[in-house]
Amino acid sequence: MDKKIKLAIGLGSTCAGCDIAILDLNEKILVLASLAEIVFWPTAMDFKLSDLERIGKNEIDISLQHGTIRTSEQEHIAHLLRERSKVMIAFGSCSCFGGIPGLCNLTSKEAIFETVYRDTPSTVNPDFITPKTEVKEGGYLLTLPELYEEGKALPQVVDVDYYLPGCPPAVELIDRLLPIIAKFLETGELPPKGMVIASDKTLCDECPLTKENKMISKIFRPHEIIPDPKRCLLEQGILCMGPATRGGCGARCINALMPCRGCMGPTAEVKDQGAKMISAIASILGVENEKDLSEDEVEKLVNQIKDPVGTFYRFTLPVALINRRIKEGS
Amino acid sequence: MTQAQQPKARRITIEPITRLEGEAKIDIFLDDEGNVDNAYFQVVELRGFERFCQGRPVEEMPRMTTRICGVCPGAHHMASSKAVDAVFNVDPPEPAKKLRKLFYCAHIIHSHLAHFYAFAAPDFVLGPSAEPGKRNILGLIEAVGLEVGKKVITARSYAQRIQEMIGGKATHPVCGLPGGMSKPITEEERKEIEEMAKSLVEFSKFSLELVDNIILRNKDYMNLIRGDTYYHETYYMGMVDQNNNNKVNFYDGVIKVVNQKGMQYARFQPKDYLNHIEEHVEPWSYLKFPSLKNVGWKGLVDGKDSGIYRVNCLARMNVAEGMATPLAQEAYEKMYDVLGGKPSHATLAFKRIIRKAGLNHIRVHDLRHTHATLMLKAGVHPKIVSERLGHANIGITLDTYSHVLPGLQEAAAEKFDQVLDESDKIGNIDVSKLLAEGEEIDSRPCRSRTCDTLIKSQAPLCGFNQL
Amino acid sequence: MGGFEPKVIGFCCNWCAYAGADLAGISRIQYPPNLRMIRVMCSGTIDPLYILEAFQKGADGVFIGGCHPGDCHYMAGNYKTRRKVSLVKRLLSQLGVSPQRIRLEWVSAAEGQAFAQVVTDFIEKVKELGPSPLNQESARHG
Repeated sequence: MDKKIKLAIGLGSTCAGCDIAILDLNEKILVLASLAEIVFWPTAMDFKLSDLERIGKNEIDISLQHGTIRTSEQEHIAHLLRERSKVMIAFGSCSCFGGIPGLCNLTSKEAIFETVYRDTPSTVNPDFITPKTEVKEGGYLLTLPELYEEGKALPQVVDVDYYLPGCPPAVELIDRLLPIIAKFLETGELPPKGMVIASDKTLCDECPLTKENKMISKIFRPHEIIPDPKRCLLEQGILCMGPATRGGCGARCINALMPCRGCMGPTAEVKDQGAKMISAIASILGVENEKDLSEDEVEKLVNQIKDPVGTFYRFTLPVALINRRIKEGS
Repeated sequence: MTQAQQPKARRITIEPITRLEGEAKIDIFLDDEGNVDNAYFQVVELRGFERFCQGRPVEEMPRMTTRICGVCPGAHHMASSKAVDAVFNVDPPEPAKKLRKLFYCAHIIHSHLAHFYAFAAPDFVLGPSAEPGKRNILGLIEAVGLEVGKKVITARSYAQRIQEMIGGKATHPVCGLPGGMSKPITEEERKEIEEMAKSLVEFSKFSLELVDNIILRNKDYMNLIRGDTYYHETYYMGMVDQNNNNKVNFYDGVIKVVNQKGMQYARFQPKDYLNHIEEHVEPWSYLKFPSLKNVGWKGLVDGKDSGIYRVNCLARMNVAEGMATPLAQEAYEKMYDVLGGKPSHATLAFKRIIRKAGLNHIRVHDLRHTHATLMLKAGVHPKIVSERLGHANIGITLDTYSHVLPGLQEAAAEKFDQVLDESDKIGNIDVSKLLAEGEEIDSRPCRSRTCDTLIKSQAPLCGFNQL
Repeated sequence: MGGFEPKVIGFCCNWCAYAGADLAGISRIQYPPNLRMIRVMCSGTIDPLYILEAFQKGADGVFIGGCHPGDCHYMAGNYKTRRKVSLVKRLLSQLGVSPQRIRLEWVSAAEGQAFAQVVTDFIEKVKELGPSPLNQESARHG
C-alpha cells in the first residue's frame, strides 16, 4: 500500500537525544519512512515553521513533541501541532514530565539570568546585558521568544493522547510505534487514550540484579563504594529510583552498574514519583536497629540523603504535586 | 508589540534552523539593492544548567550535563567526568582511562557520522535546492541506494553499541565516576568491540572515498569550499598530546590555540581555561559568545585582532601537527594538500572531508534552485538540468520546475552566463553511477561570489519567509 | 498578621493520637479549632503524598500524631513515620516551604492534655510563620 500517515516531530526545549533515539531505529527508520510521510522534523529535515503553519486542522495524523516547554515559541509549536494533529504523543521524559530542564523550577528566571549572564566566572558583562524579546540592533528589530519562569511538561500545555517516556526513550519502546502506525493505516484503530508506551511495572521487575533483603543502614554516593555487581544497588546503600520508576527501558543504567535516576517517570497509579520514593526509602532505611535510634540519630540517618529534590524529582519536578520552589515570605 | 522603524529592505528569516542540534533562527537583512546588509544567528532558548545544577551532588554532574546535548552527550560526559576527577583531586587508574578513551572514540564516530550523513551530506548529495522533503537522511538513502544507506546505518549503530557496552547508554551515558568508571568490560565485550572497530575503520575508508568522489572531484563544490564565501580567518583551538608531538588528542591533553597563520598563540592546561577564554553577551541571542580573553571581543569579525576562535574538526586539525594513527595521518595530509596548506580557513572543508562541523553558517539552498530556474528559463533542455541536479528521474525536474519550462531548447551554461554576469554553479552528480565508474564530471568554471546578487536577481527562494 | 487563621491538616493514628484527641474532647480541654483531623489506622500508613497534597491543596501546616516509639499497635509503623517525616521536611525546605510547618508528635491515648498542648503550640507556630508560601502565591495571583 502506498498510503502513509503524516507524521510531525516537534521540539520544545530539547537536547535532541530523542531525535537520535529515533535514528537509533537504525534500519527500521526505513520501515518508519514506508509508513509515514514526515512533514516536520527540524533536527533532521528542512521544513520550516511557516510550512507547519500552512498545514490544515487535523491534517497531520500523528505528532510527537519532545523537550520541556520553556519558551513562548515552544508553547506555540505545541499548540500548532495539537490543532493540526489527530494524535499527539508526548515523546521523551522532558515532554512527559518536564525532564531535567524542569529543574529550572527550583530557581527563578532572574537567578538563571544572573548566573548565566553575569556571575559565571568566564562571563564578561559589566553592564549586565541580558537577552530581550525585542531588540533594536543596527537599525533592525530583532525578536526572541519569551523565556518562561517555569518549565512545563507537554500535558500541562495541550491535550496529550499517548506518552513515550525515557531520557531518551529506549529504542525497543520507540519500535512499538511502528505496529501502532501500521494498524492505524490499515484499520483506523488507535490504542486507548492515555496509554503509556512502556512497562506497567517498576524497573525492579526487569532489573537483573539479585534482591536479597531490603534493609540499609548507610547510604553511599555512587563513587564511595565498589558495589557487588550482582546485587541490588539500593540494598547496598546506593540510592536507586528503581522502586518508584517505570520499567521498559532495558535497565541500561543498571547494566553499567549505575543506579536508576527515574527518567521513565512513575507507574500508572502514582501521582507523585518523589513522594513514592521517599516512602520506599523510609521503609528500608535504618530498619535493622530502628527501635534503638534516638530522634537525633534518625535525623542523621536521613541526612545522608544529600539532595532529595534532585534525586527523587530529577525528571518529574514540573508534574509533581509541589512542582516548584516558592520562598517563604515571598 | 512595538512597531519599530523597519527599513524598506527585505528580511529573510530561516526559522527554525534545521539539521542541527539546538533551537535558533537566522535573520538576513537586505538593503535596497538586494545585497546582504547584515545577518543574525539568534539562539532562541536557554535552559540554565549553570544555575539549576547548583545544589546537586557533584558526582551527578556527568549524568546531568549530558542533557545539554543529546547528539554529543559523550563529550559532555567525559568532560564532566574529568572535571569531577579534579574536584576530588583524583587520577583514574589506567584501565579506567583506556575505557574512557575507547568510549569517547566510539562517541566521536557516532556524532561525526550522524552529522556527516544525516545533517550535512544531504546538501551535497541531493543538492541545496532539492525539496525540503528530500534534503535529509531519508532522501540521502534514496539517492545513494539501500546498500550504501545500510552501510552508513550499520556503522553508526556499531558506534552506538560500543558506547552502550561501556557506558550503559549511548545517549546520556552513565559510566563516569570521580576517579574512574562504573564498571569494566568483559573479554567477550572487548572482542566484540574490536570486531566492530575494525569494521568502522573500513567504513571510514569508504567514507573518505565517498567524499573523494562526490566532493573532491567536483570542481563546483571545491570552488565553493576553497572560495571566499565560507572563508574566515580566525584563531583555532583544539586539544593535542601533552608531550610536544602535537598530535590530535580527543580525550586528554593540552589545549593549543593557533593564530590565522597557524603559529601557536597559546598553550594551556584545560583547568586554566579561565585565563584564556571569556564569554560575551548580546541582547539578541540567549547564547553567549566565547572569545580569547587576551585578544578581546571585537565583535563578529575575523582577523588577528578579533578574539573569535573556532573549535571542533577543522580547528583540531589546524592546531595539531598530525594524527595519532597512520590512515588518519594519510587523510590529514591529503586534506591539506587539497585545501592548499595549513591552516585552512575554509569553513566547509572539514565538514565535507573528515569530520563534523562545529559551526553554523548560512547554507546554499537557494543557489541550486536559482541555477536550475535560470537555466530552464533560458531554454536549457530539462534533461540536462535534471542530470546536473542529480534528480533520480526527469519527472522530478518537470514537477518541480514546470512553471519555468519554455520548451525544449539547447545550450546550457553559455545561456546561463548570458543571463547573469557572475554566478555560482553547483552541479550535482548521480552518486551511485559515480561510485561505480569513478568518473569525473566536468562542470563549468565557477566564479565565486557571495549570495547577495543571486538573491536580488531571482524569484521565489524556496523554503524561506520573505517580507 | 492580625486575623490570619491557619488551616492545619492533622493525621492522627487510630490507637494513640486520635484516642488522645478524643480524650481531650471528652475532658473539655480547649484547643484551637484550626486543626482538621483525619484518622488513619497507623501513622506509618501516612504516605508522603498526603502531606504534599495537603500543602498543595492549601494547608498552612500538617500535624502528624502517632504512638510513642515502642508502643505502635503494628509494632514498627511509627518508626517508618519518623523517617518519612524527616525526609519530607528536608524535601519541603528545598522547595522553599519551612520544615516547621510539619509537626510530628507522639501522643498516647491517655494524654488528652498533652494532645491539646501540642496542637495549641503548633497552631501558634504556624500563625507565626504566616500563610504557606503556596497559598501566598495563589493569593497574589488571585
